[in-house]
Amino acid sequence: MDKIVRNQIKLEFISIPENVGLARITIAALASQLDLTLNDLEEIKVATSEAVSNAIIHGYRNKPAGIVKLIGSLYEDSIVIEVIDEGVGIADIPQAMQPAFTTDPERMGLGFVFMQSFMDEVKVESEINNGTRVILTKKLEGAGIQKAVS
Amino acid sequence: MSFIFNSKNRTLLVKITGELDLVTAKEFRERLDKAIDEMFTKNLFLDLTRVSFIDSSGLGVILGRYRKIQEKRGIMIIYGMNTNIKRILELSGILSIIPAFNSENEAWTYLERKSLKEA
Repeated sequence: MDKIVRNQIKLEFISIPENVGLARITIAALASQLDLTLNDLEEIKVATSEAVSNAIIHGYRNKPAGIVKLIGSLYEDSIVIEVIDEGVGIADIPQAMQPAFTTDPERMGLGFVFMQSFMDEVKVESEINNGTRVILTKKLEGAGIQKAVS
Repeated sequence: MSFIFNSKNRTLLVKITGELDLVTAKEFRERLDKAIDEMFTKNLFLDLTRVSFIDSSGLGVILGRYRKIQEKRGIMIIYGMNTNIKRILELSGILSIIPAFNSENEAWTYLERKSLKEA
Protein backbone atom coordinates (compact mmCIF):
# COMPACT_ATOMS: atom_id res chain seq x y z
CA MET A 1 0.00 0.00 0.00
CA ASP A 2 1.30 3.45 -0.89
CA LYS A 3 2.03 5.82 1.92
CA ILE A 4 -0.19 8.85 2.33
CA VAL A 5 1.45 12.11 1.36
CA ARG A 6 0.75 14.78 3.97
CA ASN A 7 2.36 17.61 2.07
CA GLN A 8 4.30 17.90 -1.15
CA ILE A 9 6.11 20.56 -3.15
CA LYS A 10 7.50 20.43 -6.66
CA LEU A 11 9.97 22.92 -8.00
CA GLU A 12 11.78 23.20 -11.32
CA PHE A 13 14.72 25.48 -11.90
CA ILE A 14 17.56 25.98 -14.36
CA SER A 15 20.91 24.45 -13.53
CA ILE A 16 22.78 27.44 -12.11
CA PRO A 17 24.63 27.45 -8.76
CA GLU A 18 22.41 30.27 -7.42
CA ASN A 19 19.58 27.75 -7.23
CA VAL A 20 21.39 25.43 -4.81
CA GLY A 21 20.58 27.82 -1.96
CA LEU A 22 17.04 28.22 -3.20
CA ALA A 23 16.52 24.43 -3.20
CA ARG A 24 18.02 24.02 0.25
CA ILE A 25 15.92 26.81 1.78
CA THR A 26 12.74 25.54 0.12
CA ILE A 27 13.31 22.04 1.52
CA ALA A 28 14.20 23.46 4.94
CA ALA A 29 10.94 25.44 4.97
CA LEU A 30 8.99 22.28 4.09
CA ALA A 31 10.88 20.16 6.63
CA SER A 32 10.27 22.74 9.35
CA GLN A 33 6.59 21.76 9.25
CA LEU A 34 7.81 18.62 11.01
CA ASP A 35 8.92 18.43 14.57
CA LEU A 36 12.60 18.05 13.76
CA THR A 37 15.65 19.05 15.76
CA LEU A 38 17.88 21.83 14.44
CA ASN A 39 20.51 19.18 13.77
CA ASP A 40 18.12 17.20 11.61
CA LEU A 41 17.17 20.33 9.70
CA GLU A 42 20.82 21.21 9.10
CA GLU A 43 21.52 17.67 7.87
CA ILE A 44 18.60 17.82 5.44
CA LYS A 45 19.92 21.15 4.14
CA VAL A 46 23.42 19.77 3.54
CA ALA A 47 22.10 16.61 1.84
CA THR A 48 19.83 18.66 -0.45
CA SER A 49 22.68 21.02 -1.26
CA GLU A 50 24.91 18.08 -2.25
CA ALA A 51 22.29 16.42 -4.45
CA VAL A 52 21.42 19.65 -6.29
CA SER A 53 25.11 20.62 -6.65
CA ASN A 54 25.78 17.19 -8.18
CA ALA A 55 22.94 17.65 -10.68
CA ILE A 56 24.40 21.00 -11.78
CA ILE A 57 28.11 20.12 -11.77
CA HIS A 58 27.99 16.52 -12.96
CA GLY A 59 24.54 15.98 -14.47
CA TYR A 60 24.65 19.13 -16.58
CA ARG A 61 28.46 19.64 -16.53
CA ASN A 62 27.99 23.21 -15.28
CA LYS A 63 25.90 24.18 -18.31
CA PRO A 64 23.06 26.47 -17.27
CA ALA A 65 20.54 25.20 -19.83
CA GLY A 66 19.43 22.12 -17.88
CA ILE A 67 16.35 21.77 -15.74
CA VAL A 68 16.60 20.37 -12.22
CA LYS A 69 13.44 19.03 -10.62
CA LEU A 70 13.04 19.01 -6.90
CA ILE A 71 10.24 17.15 -5.14
CA GLY A 72 9.82 17.28 -1.39
CA SER A 73 7.25 15.01 0.25
CA LEU A 74 6.20 14.74 3.87
CA TYR A 75 4.84 11.39 4.97
CA GLU A 76 3.56 10.19 8.31
CA ASP A 77 6.97 8.85 9.26
CA SER A 78 9.48 10.42 6.88
CA ILE A 79 10.54 13.23 4.59
CA VAL A 80 11.56 12.30 1.07
CA ILE A 81 13.54 14.60 -1.22
CA GLU A 82 13.94 13.79 -4.88
CA VAL A 83 16.43 15.59 -7.10
CA ILE A 84 16.05 14.81 -10.78
CA ASP A 85 18.12 15.91 -13.74
CA GLU A 86 18.10 14.98 -17.41
CA GLY A 87 21.85 15.24 -17.75
CA VAL A 88 24.65 12.88 -18.70
CA GLY A 89 23.90 10.23 -16.09
CA ILE A 90 26.34 8.25 -13.96
CA ALA A 91 28.28 5.41 -15.62
CA ASP A 92 29.18 3.60 -12.41
CA ILE A 93 26.91 4.42 -9.46
CA PRO A 94 28.80 2.41 -6.78
CA GLN A 95 32.04 4.13 -7.84
CA ALA A 96 30.41 7.59 -7.77
CA MET A 97 29.23 6.89 -4.24
CA GLN A 98 32.73 6.03 -2.96
CA PRO A 99 34.27 8.57 -0.57
CA ALA A 100 36.83 10.81 -2.26
CA PHE A 101 35.73 9.79 -5.75
CA THR A 102 35.71 12.98 -7.73
CA THR A 103 36.10 14.10 -11.31
CA ASP A 104 37.34 17.56 -10.23
CA PRO A 105 40.57 18.18 -8.23
CA GLU A 106 39.12 21.25 -6.45
CA ARG A 107 36.33 19.16 -5.00
CA MET A 108 36.41 16.63 -2.20
CA GLY A 109 34.23 13.84 -3.53
CA LEU A 110 32.16 14.00 -0.39
CA GLY A 111 28.75 14.74 -1.85
CA PHE A 112 27.43 11.20 -1.53
CA VAL A 113 29.23 10.67 1.78
CA PHE A 114 27.32 13.58 3.27
CA MET A 115 24.04 12.40 1.76
CA GLN A 116 24.59 8.91 3.20
CA SER A 117 25.68 10.20 6.59
CA PHE A 118 22.87 12.68 7.01
CA MET A 119 19.93 10.74 5.56
CA ASP A 120 18.56 7.32 6.44
CA GLU A 121 18.32 6.18 2.85
CA VAL A 122 19.97 7.31 -0.39
CA LYS A 123 18.74 5.83 -3.63
CA VAL A 124 20.30 6.64 -6.98
CA GLU A 125 18.76 5.78 -10.33
CA SER A 126 20.74 6.77 -13.38
CA GLU A 127 21.12 5.99 -17.00
CA ILE A 128 23.84 7.23 -19.34
CA ASN A 129 22.58 10.27 -21.29
CA ASN A 130 19.21 9.92 -19.66
CA GLY A 131 19.67 11.68 -16.36
CA THR A 132 19.83 10.88 -12.69
CA ARG A 133 17.31 10.68 -9.90
CA VAL A 134 18.51 10.86 -6.31
CA ILE A 135 16.00 9.96 -3.61
CA LEU A 136 16.87 11.00 -0.08
CA THR A 137 14.80 9.76 2.85
CA LYS A 138 14.95 10.84 6.45
CA LYS A 139 12.84 8.90 8.92
CA LEU A 140 11.11 10.72 11.73
CA GLU A 141 11.25 9.61 15.27
CA GLY A 142 8.01 9.59 17.23
CA ALA A 143 5.08 11.77 16.23
CA GLY A 144 6.98 14.11 13.95
CA ILE A 145 4.05 14.80 11.69
CA GLN A 146 1.73 15.99 14.46
CA LYS A 147 2.90 19.55 14.10
CA ALA A 148 2.30 19.51 10.36
CA VAL A 149 -1.28 18.39 10.45
CA SER A 150 -2.51 20.12 13.56
CA MET B 1 29.14 36.30 1.29
CA SER B 2 31.73 38.80 2.44
CA PHE B 3 35.36 38.74 3.55
CA ILE B 4 37.56 40.85 5.74
CA PHE B 5 41.27 40.44 5.04
CA ASN B 6 44.01 41.35 7.50
CA SER B 7 47.68 40.58 7.28
CA LYS B 8 50.16 40.42 10.18
CA ASN B 9 53.75 39.22 9.76
CA ARG B 10 52.96 37.22 6.61
CA THR B 11 49.95 35.62 8.30
CA LEU B 12 46.75 36.31 6.39
CA LEU B 13 43.62 36.48 8.53
CA VAL B 14 40.35 36.03 6.69
CA LYS B 15 37.01 36.58 8.38
CA ILE B 16 34.24 35.00 6.32
CA THR B 17 30.57 35.89 6.61
CA GLY B 18 27.80 33.91 4.89
CA GLU B 19 27.21 30.53 3.27
CA LEU B 20 29.95 28.46 1.63
CA ASP B 21 28.34 26.44 -1.14
CA LEU B 22 28.56 25.97 -4.90
CA VAL B 23 27.52 29.55 -5.63
CA THR B 24 30.10 31.15 -3.34
CA ALA B 25 32.93 28.60 -3.70
CA LYS B 26 34.33 30.15 -6.87
CA GLU B 27 34.46 33.70 -5.46
CA PHE B 28 35.84 32.36 -2.18
CA ARG B 29 38.66 30.53 -3.98
CA GLU B 30 39.53 33.42 -6.28
CA ARG B 31 39.58 36.09 -3.57
CA LEU B 32 41.59 33.93 -1.19
CA ASP B 33 44.16 33.01 -3.85
CA LYS B 34 44.52 36.66 -4.88
CA ALA B 35 45.03 37.77 -1.27
CA ILE B 36 47.49 34.91 -0.60
CA ASP B 37 49.60 35.99 -3.58
CA GLU B 38 49.35 39.75 -3.11
CA MET B 39 50.12 39.75 0.59
CA PHE B 40 53.09 37.37 0.34
CA THR B 41 51.23 35.05 2.67
CA LYS B 42 52.99 32.24 4.47
CA ASN B 43 50.37 31.30 7.07
CA LEU B 44 46.61 31.43 6.71
CA PHE B 45 43.96 31.84 9.44
CA LEU B 46 40.33 31.29 8.45
CA ASP B 47 37.80 32.71 10.89
CA LEU B 48 34.57 30.75 10.37
CA THR B 49 32.62 32.37 13.23
CA ARG B 50 30.14 33.95 10.84
CA VAL B 51 29.81 31.06 8.42
CA SER B 52 26.22 29.88 8.65
CA PHE B 53 26.32 26.99 6.18
CA ILE B 54 28.95 24.81 4.53
CA ASP B 55 28.78 21.84 2.17
CA SER B 56 31.37 19.87 0.18
CA SER B 57 31.84 22.74 -2.31
CA GLY B 58 32.99 25.03 0.50
CA LEU B 59 35.10 22.28 2.09
CA GLY B 60 36.82 21.69 -1.25
CA VAL B 61 38.02 25.30 -1.31
CA ILE B 62 39.29 25.11 2.29
CA LEU B 63 41.21 21.90 1.54
CA GLY B 64 42.60 23.38 -1.69
CA ARG B 65 43.96 26.42 0.22
CA TYR B 66 45.44 24.09 2.84
CA ARG B 67 47.42 22.34 0.09
CA LYS B 68 48.56 25.69 -1.27
CA ILE B 69 49.79 26.88 2.15
CA GLN B 70 51.50 23.51 2.70
CA GLU B 71 53.45 24.03 -0.52
CA LYS B 72 54.72 27.32 0.91
CA ARG B 73 55.69 25.46 4.08
CA GLY B 74 53.25 27.65 5.96
CA ILE B 75 50.62 26.84 8.56
CA MET B 76 46.90 27.03 8.02
CA ILE B 77 44.49 27.23 10.94
CA ILE B 78 40.69 27.41 11.13
CA TYR B 79 38.70 28.64 14.11
CA GLY B 80 35.35 29.85 15.39
CA MET B 81 33.10 27.11 13.93
CA ASN B 82 29.57 26.76 15.32
CA THR B 83 28.34 23.28 16.30
CA ASN B 84 26.78 22.47 12.92
CA ILE B 85 29.78 23.59 10.91
CA LYS B 86 32.05 21.66 13.25
CA ARG B 87 30.07 18.44 12.75
CA ILE B 88 30.35 18.74 8.98
CA LEU B 89 34.08 19.46 9.17
CA GLU B 90 34.53 16.47 11.46
CA LEU B 91 32.63 14.15 9.17
CA SER B 92 34.64 15.32 6.16
CA GLY B 93 37.89 14.38 7.89
CA ILE B 94 39.21 17.95 7.54
CA LEU B 95 39.61 18.33 11.30
CA SER B 96 42.17 15.54 11.34
CA ILE B 97 44.21 17.41 8.71
CA ILE B 98 43.84 21.13 9.46
CA PRO B 99 44.44 22.45 13.01
CA ALA B 100 41.18 23.86 14.40
CA PHE B 101 40.60 26.06 17.44
CA ASN B 102 37.89 28.01 19.19
CA SER B 103 39.44 31.45 18.94
CA GLU B 104 42.01 33.59 17.17
CA ASN B 105 44.07 33.75 20.39
CA GLU B 106 44.41 29.97 20.47
CA ALA B 107 45.44 30.04 16.82
CA TRP B 108 48.24 32.53 17.52
CA THR B 109 49.46 30.46 20.48
CA TYR B 110 49.62 27.37 18.27
CA LEU B 111 51.45 29.26 15.54
CA GLU B 112 54.01 30.68 17.98
CA ARG B 113 54.71 27.25 19.46
CA LYS B 114 55.09 25.73 16.00
CA SER B 115 57.43 28.53 14.90
CA LEU B 116 59.57 28.14 18.04
CA LYS B 117 59.92 24.44 17.37
CA GLU B 118 61.09 25.07 13.84
CA ALA B 119 63.50 27.87 14.81
